[in-house]
Amino acid sequence: MSERLLPDEFSELEPFAPRWCLPTERERFAQRMTSSMEDMQTFYDAFFPRAEEAIQYCDKFELDDMPEDAQRLLQLLYSLVMVSFPVEVWRQPHVPDSGAAYLDLLIEPIP
Amino acid sequence: MARIEKPPEGSWTAHYPELGTGPVSYEDSISPEIYELEREAIFKRSWLNVGRAEQLPRKGSYFTKELAVANTSIVVVRGMDGEVRAFHNICRHRGNKLVWTDFPGEETSGSCRQFVCKYHGWKYEVDGACSFVQQEGEFFDLDKSDYGLVPVHCDVWSGFIFVNLEHEPRQWLRDFLGPMTTAIEGYPFDLQTERFSYRAVVHANWKLFIDAFQEFYHAPVLHARQSPVAALPEVQAAGFEALHYQLDGPHRLVTTTVGEGWRMPPEMLKPMETVTRSGLFGPWDAPDLGPDPLPAGVNPADRKHWGLDSFQVWPNFVILIWERGWYLTYHYWPTSHNAHVFEGNLYFVPPKNARERLAQEMAAVTFKEYALQDGNTLEATQTMLESRVVTAFPLNDQEILCRHLHKVAADWVDGYTRERAEVGAR
Repeated sequence: MSERLLPDEFSELEPFAPRWCLPTERERFAQRMTSSMEDMQTFYDAFFPRAEEAIQYCDKFELDDMPEDAQRLLQLLYSLVMVSFPVEVWRQPHVPDSGAAYLDLLIEPIP
Repeated sequence: MARIEKPPEGSWTAHYPELGTGPVSYEDSISPEIYELEREAIFKRSWLNVGRAEQLPRKGSYFTKELAVANTSIVVVRGMDGEVRAFHNICRHRGNKLVWTDFPGEETSGSCRQFVCKYHGWKYEVDGACSFVQQEGEFFDLDKSDYGLVPVHCDVWSGFIFVNLEHEPRQWLRDFLGPMTTAIEGYPFDLQTERFSYRAVVHANWKLFIDAFQEFYHAPVLHARQSPVAALPEVQAAGFEALHYQLDGPHRLVTTTVGEGWRMPPEMLKPMETVTRSGLFGPWDAPDLGPDPLPAGVNPADRKHWGLDSFQVWPNFVILIWERGWYLTYHYWPTSHNAHVFEGNLYFVPPKNARERLAQEMAAVTFKEYALQDGNTLEATQTMLESRVVTAFPLNDQEILCRHLHKVAADWVDGYTRERAEVGAR
């Protein structure tokens, strides 16, 4: 058994952690674009019902002083936001009618 | 029948009769010759916003800005006296670019006590004075005080740093910005320091992207699939009407409502919007922006259901203030007649906790989903405009700001060519 990445209360989400606990938007966007809808739907279905609980868990800490497992849980929430567009709206990984357009996020808040 | 009252002349466009109502040529967006004139007539004569004061937090903080449209690069720096100054980014010795990291064409930022040229080690104080010349004795009658960095006119308004590349600017910055824009002075931009900074190269003329974000006539169509509300037949049929349009010299304003997610039933929202209490229009729970009322220039027509003001500051800068207590800026930096660099910056009050941070993430991710659709449409427009199969385009009353932008651009080019002709005739 490898080391746990998420807080114990969210251990059922461990299988998603290596792929979706990503610190930057660039990584999360890239993961979304290269993931299958099936993978994202599975992640979404597993995590969405517990999203509110995860927010409450993260809210117990100061943003600039979060334990690493809580930080990763917050990153997992960011990834849930990221996949919510493919899953809830587009039914495909990429934005329709966006073709070759891109928009790089160069500066973003940490965490 | 319009739902929103228009000016007594019957339309927003007729309220500004100099605009006319005829079809508009987009030759200014496809002609390399007009672009060359715009560089001289517009970008070398206007005050250009290059950043925010918060990007220079300390004495010695600096950033560079590539201004390809004006054939230069500048370095903007906070001096030891606290003043913000700008200089052309060139070493006085043999013309090397002074401040850069690894790639000369890429912008950089940091903090230093002196600028040191990578080539021969000449040094400059952050106020521009040349302070050290390598092997000074080898030169001939060289006086360091004659070799300071070449200054660029620089001024700060409401924390926004502007430069002007003219030898002597025709107007002070405040006069250039005009009464409509300066009336938002006092808005707490300085409290909103949490920043998401986006950038893209767009293969379309700079004015085409400004057009895309200064009319919302497209929104119910292009973005129809983005939300259940937008897809409603009655919403589609009603289309878009702005609350207010206003012109002030070369500058423009549009005020609109927004989708008030916090008043909508969940079935009208994305599930993730309900969880994060956020979406395209920002976090639903507005932050504390202090006790003072917002300045009169915000929601200038004092409209009920005010959702946002989009200040289109001539020539290439947008400040968009949201009713929910955040703002964003756009910049469009031309690189050729059919390409430009787009920059979008989202600014929020720093979040107090993870919930607020997540709401900001939701707003930022949603922003990008929309912007990708907008950006892609532009290349499709550019290529077909270049076919010149059609050369005149009808603009409706909700596109008044597009009409104004192209007229102002033409007026500035005309003014420049007239001046040149007069100089030549003398």
